[in-house]
Amino acid sequence: MTDISQLHRALVARVLDSDGKAPPVMRRAAFDNAGLSEPMRTLIEKVAYRASAVTDEDVAAVRSAGLSEDQIFEIVVCAAIGQADRQYKTALHALARVADEGQR
Amino acid sequence: MRLEILDRGHSLGTKALLGMIRLVSRQPVVDAVKLAFYRKEFYGAGDLTHEAMRGPSEWSIGDRELMAAVVSQANESPFCIAAHSATSGLWYGDRAKVAAALADLDTAPIEEPLRATLRLLGKLTREHTIDADDIRTVLSAGASRAQIEDALAVCLAFDITARLANAFDFAIATPTAMDSGARHLLKRGYR
Repeated sequence: MTDISQLHRALVARVLDSDGKAPPVMRRAAFDNAGLSEPMRTLIEKVAYRASAVTDEDVAAVRSAGLSEDQIFEIVVCAAIGQADRQYKTALHALARVADEGQR
Repeated sequence: MRLEILDRGHSLGTKALLGMIRLVSRQPVVDAVKLAFYRKEFYGAGDLTHEAMRGPSEWSIGDRELMAAVVSQANESPFCIAAHSATSGLWYGDRAKVAAALADLDTAPIEEPLRATLRLLGKLTREHTIDADDIRTVLSAGASRAQIEDALAVCLAFDITARLANAFDFAIATPTAMDSGARHLLKRGYR
């Protein structure tokens, strides 16, 4: 079977902890989709739950709040990985539960 | 593309590489490639996607490309649906099968383990969660635990990629460029 576990951990560590343009605390907040103020909150919430609803205005508002394009790039990447990561872990947890039942 | 840096902010070396890709493929570089090559040391999820899509698995490459298309559909990402349905259709040599799966999973001419797995990935993506009963349904349909885990890896990769495609507003390329991209993905993968 495929094994993404190490690559997955490395990706999460890279976007949260490596040198970036956005402060680590902001990247972490985007990843967790928690604790952000407007207008970042709206953009990140959409990326997490309905990325197809993101508009030019959402991005423009974050730019007007003083974030550079690289900072916007980073927090959007963190938000996408964060939500996908939560979904993946929830599913793996459900799979492990069922597998444990089978072994009892 | 909503961020100009993703269109024109690449390093000089990467710009030269993108120029080569344009020259060799005789097509404009698609937005997914521009993203993949932008600050690879920060995002660079190509290795993870490659392992999920091309690593050893009981699922065929065509099956995993179909999973990517279904996850993209649940994420409402037109770019990713087009890219991965083209790649899956090319691998199967059967575009109609892929179109049928995207139109109606219940009636599509695919095996039951794959059908149940695609349903699971669609639900996880749309509802952001699944539970043990959902897993039991897929196991009952004949998929193995390893197959489910492999499918979840594909889902992770495309729950990230499709979100970024939407947030950054990837443009859908011409069918010729998408087909050229699909051939590249089958030949070289995602790295």
